[in-house]
Amino acid sequence: MFGFGILTGLIVLPVLGSILLLLLPGDDEAVRRNARWTALFTTLVVFVLALVAWGRFDTANPAFQLIESRGWFGGGLQYKLGVDGISMPFVVLTAFLMPFCILASWESIQDRVKEYMIAFLILEALMIGVFCALDLVLFYLFFEGGLIPMFLIIGIWGGKRRIYASMKFFLYTLLGSLLMLLAIMKMYGFTGTTDITVLLRTDFPHSMQTWLWLAFFASFAVKMPMWPVHTWLPDAHVEAPTAGSVILAGILLKMGGYGFLRFSLPMFPLASHDFAPLVFALSVIAIIYTSLVALVQEDMKKLIAYSSVAHMGFVTMGLFTMTPQGIQGAMFLMISHGIVSAALFLCVGVIYDRMHTREIAAYGGLVHRMPRYAVAFLIFTMANIGLPGTSGFVGEFLTMLGAFQVNTWVALIATLGTILAAGYALYLYRRVIFGKLEKPALAGMLDLSAREVAILLPLVVLTIYYGVHPAPVINASMASVDQIARSVQVANTAATKTASTQP
Amino acid sequence: MYHAIVFLPLIGFLIAGLFGKQLGARNSELATTALVGVAAVLSWIAFFHVGFGEGTTHVTVANWMSVGALNVDWAFRIDTLTVVMLVVVNTVSTLVHVYSIGYMHEDTSRQRFFAYLSLFTFAMLMLVTADNLVQMFFGWEGVGLASYLLIGFWYDRPTANAAAIKAFVVNRVGDFGFSLGIFLVFALTQSVAFNTIFAAAPGLADKHFHAFGLNPNAMTLACLLLFMGAMGKSAQFLLHTWLPDAMEGPTPVSALIHAATMVTAGVFMVARLSPLFEQAPHAMTFVTVIGGTTAFFAATIGLVQNDIKKVIAYSTCSQLGYMFVAIGVGGYSLAVFHLFTHAFFKALLFLGAGSVIHAVHHEQDMRQMGGLARKIPLTFWMMVIGTLALTGFPFTAGYYSKDAIIEAAYASTRPGAVYAFLMVLIAAGLTSFYSWRLIFLTFMGAPRQKAGAPEGNDHNAHSESGHDQGGQDDHGHAEPHESPKVMLVPLYVLAVGALLAGLVFRHFFIGEGAPEFWKAALFYGEGNHILDAMEHVPALVSFLPTLFMAVGFLVALYVYILAPGTAESWAKANQPIYNFLINKWYFHELYDFVFVRPAFWLGRFFWKGGDGYIIDGFGPDGIAAAVVGTTNRVVKIQTGYVYHYAFAMMLGVAAFITWYLVGGLR
Repeated sequence: MFGFGILTGLIVLPVLGSILLLLLPGDDEAVRRNARWTALFTTLVVFVLALVAWGRFDTANPAFQLIESRGWFGGGLQYKLGVDGISMPFVVLTAFLMPFCILASWESIQDRVKEYMIAFLILEALMIGVFCALDLVLFYLFFEGGLIPMFLIIGIWGGKRRIYASMKFFLYTLLGSLLMLLAIMKMYGFTGTTDITVLLRTDFPHSMQTWLWLAFFASFAVKMPMWPVHTWLPDAHVEAPTAGSVILAGILLKMGGYGFLRFSLPMFPLASHDFAPLVFALSVIAIIYTSLVALVQEDMKKLIAYSSVAHMGFVTMGLFTMTPQGIQGAMFLMISHGIVSAALFLCVGVIYDRMHTREIAAYGGLVHRMPRYAVAFLIFTMANIGLPGTSGFVGEFLTMLGAFQVNTWVALIATLGTILAAGYALYLYRRVIFGKLEKPALAGMLDLSAREVAILLPLVVLTIYYGVHPAPVINASMASVDQIARSVQVANTAATKTASTQP
Repeated sequence: MYHAIVFLPLIGFLIAGLFGKQLGARNSELATTALVGVAAVLSWIAFFHVGFGEGTTHVTVANWMSVGALNVDWAFRIDTLTVVMLVVVNTVSTLVHVYSIGYMHEDTSRQRFFAYLSLFTFAMLMLVTADNLVQMFFGWEGVGLASYLLIGFWYDRPTANAAAIKAFVVNRVGDFGFSLGIFLVFALTQSVAFNTIFAAAPGLADKHFHAFGLNPNAMTLACLLLFMGAMGKSAQFLLHTWLPDAMEGPTPVSALIHAATMVTAGVFMVARLSPLFEQAPHAMTFVTVIGGTTAFFAATIGLVQNDIKKVIAYSTCSQLGYMFVAIGVGGYSLAVFHLFTHAFFKALLFLGAGSVIHAVHHEQDMRQMGGLARKIPLTFWMMVIGTLALTGFPFTAGYYSKDAIIEAAYASTRPGAVYAFLMVLIAAGLTSFYSWRLIFLTFMGAPRQKAGAPEGNDHNAHSESGHDQGGQDDHGHAEPHESPKVMLVPLYVLAVGALLAGLVFRHFFIGEGAPEFWKAALFYGEGNHILDAMEHVPALVSFLPTLFMAVGFLVALYVYILAPGTAESWAKANQPIYNFLINKWYFHELYDFVFVRPAFWLGRFFWKGGDGYIIDGFGPDGIAAAVVGTTNRVVKIQTGYVYHYAFAMMLGVAAFITWYLVGGLR
């Protein structure tokens, strides 16, 4: 189609959908219904297309595939897309989660439905763009552009303190990315290109790597988010509508990890090696610190948000072990967390829609009225704890296994985090689900509706399926992960050799 | 066949769990029970096939994960140790399923109960058939989940919920060690499969490994870490606190999970990993000392407990200590033999206690019982058989397995064995005392039941149905009644086991037939001749356990039957000791003070102080305040500002593209 490939289709389709929505006049009930169906239909088509792309993708090949490229702005910039084993799972995850977001907003969003759906479709296009971009500037545009719809979603459809939250979100991420912008300019100045495939083959001098690494780190650490730049996340989650939280936890948080994997590790291997101790330190602090903070939260979404920060600590720890298990574990954990944390936020959304409060103390004894909900919530809680047999286990286990081979202390402290995770997650579950149903306001709670079952059931199935059979995700990314692990090691052994031969 | 043994209970779980509502309670009960029953029959076939034939085999089901050098399969390792565990797990599970049909018959969520029981059975089977450490860990945490769900089965009760969380978290503390042990083993051998690591173990005996700022012997460290997992699951000293609380669960659960099967997983694990532990003498000393301490310490607490289930719980804890002493001195088959016999008589005692509780309308305090022997004679005799077997009365099961452990502790020359010998010997006397105390308080003397409806622990099973059906509870009358057949028959079966399991199987488990029976399932290092040495202890030593048992019995007889009131006056005379024991050595209070409260305090401190004051104060809030002024103004301005910032953002992007174009054209 006009020389564009399937990846462009993935980006253009949601945009087309939003244009269609824009053409809908007025704001009456019929328009709202049409907007919902249009958005749902669009996201489903995108998901199917993403599956087609996955089908065409050769998992054994570590190189970029489905590449399409053409000049742009007089050839100075290029429009270049492609996916490898690192980005393909994220593209599918993004396309997979979007229909759930639309469905989760079906009844809870009644204001400016059309605009809301447009924001989500644009967000989808930008997020898929981030994972497909093979040009640094293109990546930056998608990466930063994604902020805008998210910023609007929190700021317009958010809770009481939405302005504060969106401000905080915006300030943090923008300040982080300004440094990355400088680094991109520097890289362009050094190589004369912004083509990621070329940059991946470039050997940057060690000292330059250090500065570039730090600049990228500033951006990715905020997106992750890593301790101590994590405080925007709980506020953003608390104020965001349910679907906003799903995307935030499911996809946006993964962009930091994706950035580390795509840029920091393979492009700046020497600096990554130098800074690994720093990353380890921040990771294990995050794991223990935020787990303890999660223990005392009174707001459900905040609790899950803090638990997300802890899990992202496992991801950064795994990435910088630079072992196959560590990196693969981080990769898997990102995908798994994308499913599980999204599901947890959807679970919170289910009862928020009924009670309009996220206060843990407002609930209790829900199992009496909502047994099906209790089962779903239990499964996701267990996945969050990392129970073997759920997808949460595989990633955590692999990252800790990788970490142990590099630094036993890091592994020890991270493993302590798994005890705390059991503490905060079960404590939450007990306060919300178990106990006597004593609060009169809860007496009329209805169990999951058909729409809610349709949202949660696929996530339950995937959580358990990937727990006992993680091969689909692991195999998809294996070749690329191995290549990164090897190239980092080769670069560092070479550097050590040169250092030892030079007196 | 092994697929069927392992997966039939899973199918039962899925049937009762997914379709329980449609099938109804009775059909769910029958389906789960029948499926586990078939698995039990197949297990016995496997037992004879492998134990008395050449059935040792390996079954690969599927690949779990494979990353770099790490390769984890779903696979069964079938040897004598596995089939012994299969028999124990599936037999007790079947009996408990049957028993629960009677015990739970008034509960409104029986489908859920039976689904959990079958889920537990499946996880336990995955644990005992595992051919690698990670699958074992899967089963290990899986039984933890089932245990959590079953302890908290009556989720209306705050105490049950607290106990469930405590059980899970304390087990996680043990699993913390287990995980690190797996990581270390992988770091040493690049594998987690038993075949590979067992083959590599001898070569690693003198290897050191840099870990945690030290350079310890690799095998010692690995075994200590793995043993930490065993301590959690088997409720050993320091990590025992969850087991007594776990009695909040329905009594059949206590019999299955917290007596016969799950808590013995730690013993099984160390026996399975005997090729590793044999290379780590220092770790073995630690196992011996912890085992001996637990055996003694839990027995002392058992002396004064008033809740009938708590007494048996501490007894379980103590008996698990015996098994670890056996392991520590190298007598793996002794430990597994005691595990095997203990499963029969301890399940018998728990189910018997359940029958008592059922009879007296869910009262668990023994001070409210008394004189029940005439009211429920069948239960009484079953409990007596269980007690005889537990205390090691000649020719019962415990006589063969427990006394053998005491002899082995005496015969062993390993460090720590002398200490362990004294501990388990004293504990034998204490065991006899508290077991007979239980019998005397419950069944003898004058009835002490209060009139009216008792507020017992297990009352939910009754009251829920009573309320829901709006009818009068048919147990409104105060007269204790014998349990129905469906509950008594499992007791008879277990009683046969408690009486004969030792006599029949001694020869194969620990006698001359042992090498042929076990084949290569258990590993004995060079110089480990504990089974021989045990046979040659002085006659006096082999008589000592029986003597201690008799003394314990006589003291209990005197205190509770011949001179009632003695116990109270002893308690008064030794108030500090009594308080120390009745408060369980103050472990709960200690842990609450040292771990739980600081965790919450730190969490609050990090949240308010760290995140709120320091990070936000200097970071975003400071900047935000400078940018938009007071919060008040922000609220007034409302959404307009969002667009401003979005606009600023767009301008930024545009500015960048401009700059880029300029640069690109240059």
